[in-house]
Amino acid sequence: MSSVILQGATRLLVALILLFSVYMLMRGHNLPGGGFIAGLIASAAFVLYALAWSLQEARAALRVSPVKLAAIGALLSLASAVPGLLKGFPPFTGLWLFIGGGEGDKGIPISTVLLFDVGIYLAVLGAVLALFFTIEVD
Amino acid sequence: MGWLLALPFLLPIATGLFALGARRKPRRARTISLLGCVGLFVIVVIIFVRVIDEGTIAAQMGNWPAPFGITLVADRLSAIMLLLAGLVGLAVAIFAQADVDLRREVLGFQGFYQLLLAGVCGSFVTGDLFNLYVWFEVMLIASFALLILGGERAQLDGGIKYVALNLVSTLFMLMAIGMVYGLTGTLNLAALHTALAQVEQPAALHMLAVLLIVAFGIKAALFPLYFWLPASYHVPPVAVTAVFAGLLTKVGVYALIRTFTLIFPADFSFAHDLLLIAALLTMLSGVIGAASQYEFRKILAFHIISQIGFLVLGLALFSPLALAGSIFYMVHNIVAKTNLLLISGTARRMTGSFNLAEIGGLYRVSPVLAAVFFIAAFSLAGFPPLSGFWAKLMLVSASLEQAAYWVAAIALITGALTLFSMSKIWSEAFWKPHPTGEARSLTSLTVTERIQRMLPALLLVAITLGLGLFPQPLIQFCETAAKELLDPAGYVATVLPSRGG
Amino acid sequence: MESALVLVIGVMVAAGVYLMLAANLLCYLFGLILLSNAANLVIFVAGRLTRAVPPLIPKGQEAPLEPVANALPQAMILTAIVIGFGLLAFTLALVVACYRELGTIDSDHMRLAEPPPKSGEH
Repeated sequence: MSSVILQGATRLLVALILLFSVYMLMRGHNLPGGGFIAGLIASAAFVLYALAWSLQEARAALRVSPVKLAAIGALLSLASAVPGLLKGFPPFTGLWLFIGGGEGDKGIPISTVLLFDVGIYLAVLGAVLALFFTIEVD
Repeated sequence: MGWLLALPFLLPIATGLFALGARRKPRRARTISLLGCVGLFVIVVIIFVRVIDEGTIAAQMGNWPAPFGITLVADRLSAIMLLLAGLVGLAVAIFAQADVDLRREVLGFQGFYQLLLAGVCGSFVTGDLFNLYVWFEVMLIASFALLILGGERAQLDGGIKYVALNLVSTLFMLMAIGMVYGLTGTLNLAALHTALAQVEQPAALHMLAVLLIVAFGIKAALFPLYFWLPASYHVPPVAVTAVFAGLLTKVGVYALIRTFTLIFPADFSFAHDLLLIAALLTMLSGVIGAASQYEFRKILAFHIISQIGFLVLGLALFSPLALAGSIFYMVHNIVAKTNLLLISGTARRMTGSFNLAEIGGLYRVSPVLAAVFFIAAFSLAGFPPLSGFWAKLMLVSASLEQAAYWVAAIALITGALTLFSMSKIWSEAFWKPHPTGEARSLTSLTVTERIQRMLPALLLVAITLGLGLFPQPLIQFCETAAKELLDPAGYVATVLPSRGG
Repeated sequence: MESALVLVIGVMVAAGVYLMLAANLLCYLFGLILLSNAANLVIFVAGRLTRAVPPLIPKGQEAPLEPVANALPQAMILTAIVIGFGLLAFTLALVVACYRELGTIDSDHMRLAEPPPKSGEH
């Protein structure tokens, strides 16, 4: 599909969609959102890119093979179980680290839950794109 | 404790992901996978020893207390199932090094294989109905991938049927979970033990039982829900069939045993009658289906069905001896069945086909393989003093104890027909000369391949022989496990200490 | 409200089963999608429908102040949707692969794995 309008709009949209996916990922801890939905949104960006340009271009834009991306993501999620081990808690116990912070402000919370979510984000992105790339043939 | 119980699924997942990442370097992926299997085996042995020493052990994921968090539990049944999963996982992983072609490895065979083990082990340790569903899905996705990996035409054809029917099963399970939650407000198996007993709606309980029997029955290949099995089990590489035969259907049986001993009341005769009829028909139809086949692997695939009948029979009779018999049968069957399928793979390697009409002469060219097959096959048929004999003896005497003579009769008829199929394979593949005289001997293979093919087979056959000659320790273990299942107070107390059982 | 939803589930299951009875694999897949959504709704109804606030505990409190919605069924549905999504996407890919390789998506014509007796004899 080579439409100038679609291709022009895609340039803008892909960046916006990817940004929005990161926003969804971050806000997911206390509000609707999270790794899974953010991963879906991000994969929508790449699907759009593939439709507007071509499958090869989308693969090249991703840089990593989607299966590898999914594996890395899942490993990150697994890694979020490890801090619990070091502190002697059961696996996947949620642990928080607050950076900065002061009077009335807890600082930036970095948690194992966030690590888990980032892992899910990458895993979903990789898995969905792996499926899409197999089904879709130019 | 939490880590010990979580490792049986965390380790295979991690191994699988690393293997998937390294799939373009098959040698490395193989080594990772093999090391992972060795590690898994060590872990399940540790769990097994601890459960024997301390009884049921439990842990909470993420430090959320039961019944709110995800519970992991290992009682004697879980422990022995984990041990078997570790054993089969290791044996088939060694065999797969020789049997699975490079193309499939590049596509990610080792990764999906590990994921399958994770799903199986996860199902055995979980103490939560919804979590069980999740592990079933992990297992299912991995098995889908393994089944169609390579994309041969027959594989796609068999794969579609497998996928179609197994997805229905997961939907039934999901609906059952919804109902359980609606009725009791909890999905923790230990909490359900008390909660479901207080439900005063027999109609709802009956419907729930039927939903669960259908859901797990499809997984376990129970009559009349098994049609996906003969359609699909002979299409993937032999290593995949072996691990499917050894573990996948057994997870269905495990789920049936777990739910109908733990969460449903013990005097729920409606479900037991239903299971009894299904078990008997499964035994008969499986063995008759096998008798009509003329291909090494298809005969073995149909026999899986018939033996599932035996496993469920012990649950349906619902006495301590019968359940102990079921567990013993499970151990015997997983070991012998996996081994037979591995042997069928090696037999094809030597003779070039699975079709019994086109092969032969194996006894002359490799007596060792013939001996291994002989022991495993006649153990399956229930010959004394092999392990299958004791398993059948326990089940038959359990049915005689309840004066269910026709049940015993059907079990014996099934045994006789099994013997018929096994002798058919023996005389066609091993005894008669090869039609074109092209049977190769084991010595024609490289040393590495010979070890990869024969080491697992010899290991498993040694277990079959050991269980046959010295069955007493395992029988005692199974009797204790059955007692635990029939009186789950200890299980409940371990998971929910605050309720005191 | 519950009874209305139960009716909806019934209709969805009926339509799903009807579609699944077709020999066409694509119809089967659509039926499966309907059925899996019906199953999700079953869990949703099982958690009771309440028009309550989200189960968040206000700052400085130990427990929620007023009755809150049951979050567990929704968490379960979310998991089930994710899993169902993965499985159905996989099945779709499989159906596509079947169509490309076998040239048909009519399950009556898919006899490769289990050849009919006559042509199966060598």
